[in-house]
Amino acid sequence: MTNKELQKTANEVRKSIVTAVHAAGAGHPGGSLSSADIMTYLYFEEMNIDPKNPTDPDRDRFVLSKGHCAPGLYSVMAERGYFPKEELTTLRKLGSRLQGHPSMQYLPGIDMSSGSLGQGISAACGMALSAKLDNKDFRVYTLLGDGEIEEGQVWEAAMFAGFRKLDNLVVIVDNNNLQIDGPIDTVCSPYPIDKKFEAFNFHVINIDAHNFDEIKSALDEARNTKGMPTAIIAHSVKGKGVSFMENNAGWHGKAPNDDEYAKAMEDLERIGAAL
Amino acid sequence: MSEEKKKIATRDSYGAALAELGAEYPNLVVLDADLAESTRTSVFKKAFPERHIDCGIAEGNMMSIAAGLATTGKIPFVSTFAMFAAGRAFEQVRNSVAYPHLNVKIGGTHAGITVGEDGASHQCNEDFALMSVIPGMVVMCPADDIEAKACVRAAVEHDGPVYIRFGRAACPIINDTPDYKFEIGKGTVVREGSDVTIVATGICVGSAIEAAEKLAADGISAEVINICTIKPIDGELIAKSAAKTGKVVTVEEHSVVGGLGSAVCNALAELCPTPVKKLGMQDVFGESGTANQLVHKYGLDGEGVYTSVKEFIK
Repeated sequence: MTNKELQKTANEVRKSIVTAVHAAGAGHPGGSLSSADIMTYLYFEEMNIDPKNPTDPDRDRFVLSKGHCAPGLYSVMAERGYFPKEELTTLRKLGSRLQGHPSMQYLPGIDMSSGSLGQGISAACGMALSAKLDNKDFRVYTLLGDGEIEEGQVWEAAMFAGFRKLDNLVVIVDNNNLQIDGPIDTVCSPYPIDKKFEAFNFHVINIDAHNFDEIKSALDEARNTKGMPTAIIAHSVKGKGVSFMENNAGWHGKAPNDDEYAKAMEDLERIGAAL
Repeated sequence: MSEEKKKIATRDSYGAALAELGAEYPNLVVLDADLAESTRTSVFKKAFPERHIDCGIAEGNMMSIAAGLATTGKIPFVSTFAMFAAGRAFEQVRNSVAYPHLNVKIGGTHAGITVGEDGASHQCNEDFALMSVIPGMVVMCPADDIEAKACVRAAVEHDGPVYIRFGRAACPIINDTPDYKFEIGKGTVVREGSDVTIVATGICVGSAIEAAEKLAADGISAEVINICTIKPIDGELIAKSAAKTGKVVTVEEHSVVGGLGSAVCNALAELCPTPVKKLGMQDVFGESGTANQLVHKYGLDGEGVYTSVKEFIK
């Protein structure tokens, strides 16, 4: 896909995110919007996957370690053809396959259930290790929040991945700088994030999370990096694309009301029309 | 009786069973957290070094790694002390392993007060409770070498999460009967009786048998049931015995809150309400001492069980 096509796709994903969260009356739009470009690129360009065969043992894996950004993942999966987009408005509702946090028991195509922060990256390590044990060449991608890396388990996993030289593992940190209680450097700062992953023997790349050239080149570089896992620190804007949600911690886990929803969709329509 | 018989710690049975099953199941992998010598997974490591994954001292991470391995078709056995498997990594067991119902087996060794000298920080008397409360989790506690090996095999053949407790103290062989057959969820009557039912698990089965022998000398006929599977518990077998004897005593090297005693009471409340006396750790922490001293102090040796049963049925 061209960058323009990717941007248009990501914009559709963003519309789905706000639509799903609005319909649910709850959910996490901020971090879903900040990571929408990366998840779009992963599912449309990077990963070896087939929505028609979501259990192929040789497929690439994606673990949404920051499981609360399920609206982002579901929206990308629907856009990619895993399930009908109409289903997105069942998010968080009784009987829905779209649980509040991703559940592999409910929805085919979810490679790992997540939601409790810090655990997804470890599961991703297990998948990557399995590929190594079996000499398989599938790759494993995991997306973490920058607040999530305050969890100690993240660094246990990083130590393991670096020590085991899991070069089939890509850890992406959605560095939007905001967590529930405020800016991450005022709550319990994990900075410098890049230096920490370097210290754990990762190849580290800093990118603009909303620039598809940079996303592409970082993931290409990760694929060509041997003997160590790659960490991509993706500098993003929380709430990206919706004017009043951007850089506002208040939109971490809150649904827009009807007026706010209309305004959000206007913003995204305008962005789409300009592309 | 136990003096003449060979005694084996169930952690040794665990290591031996893993090594045997490793040859049969190429997808079986073993994870450990710097305790391979203690948990005896070192036996597996020697046979299959490439399938032994030492995760270092990071039990939460180890549990979630096992979950990731299981999503790709591996059968991971996660091994560490019961305290850290069921305690420290509880939430990873709950969310990474059990919620997605992944095929992860957890071996918790050095459980209960018989870990001895290390003291209360390492004496996990809470693992049955912690693991039993998780939906879909099978919880087992073998009584001897034969049952421990059978348990490990049954865990491999079972699709879904399993927790098995193993001990550090050597215990006598009690299941060396020609018709011995192990099945998850099935208890066994190891001694028939009519006056009182003693339901025991793990090393306490030996104590229960010893107590029954002493009771017999006093003219009291005690039935002894070995419950290896704490969950799902064999309520029918226990209720059948309770209906016959009218009195039940439970014995476990675990807190009387949330363990075998609670599971037996839950089953009997529905199937056959019966007075129950729960022997175990009475809502207290353990302490340092030899295994034998501790088992004696907390009334879980043959003598202690004998005394409590006599008192209860008086």
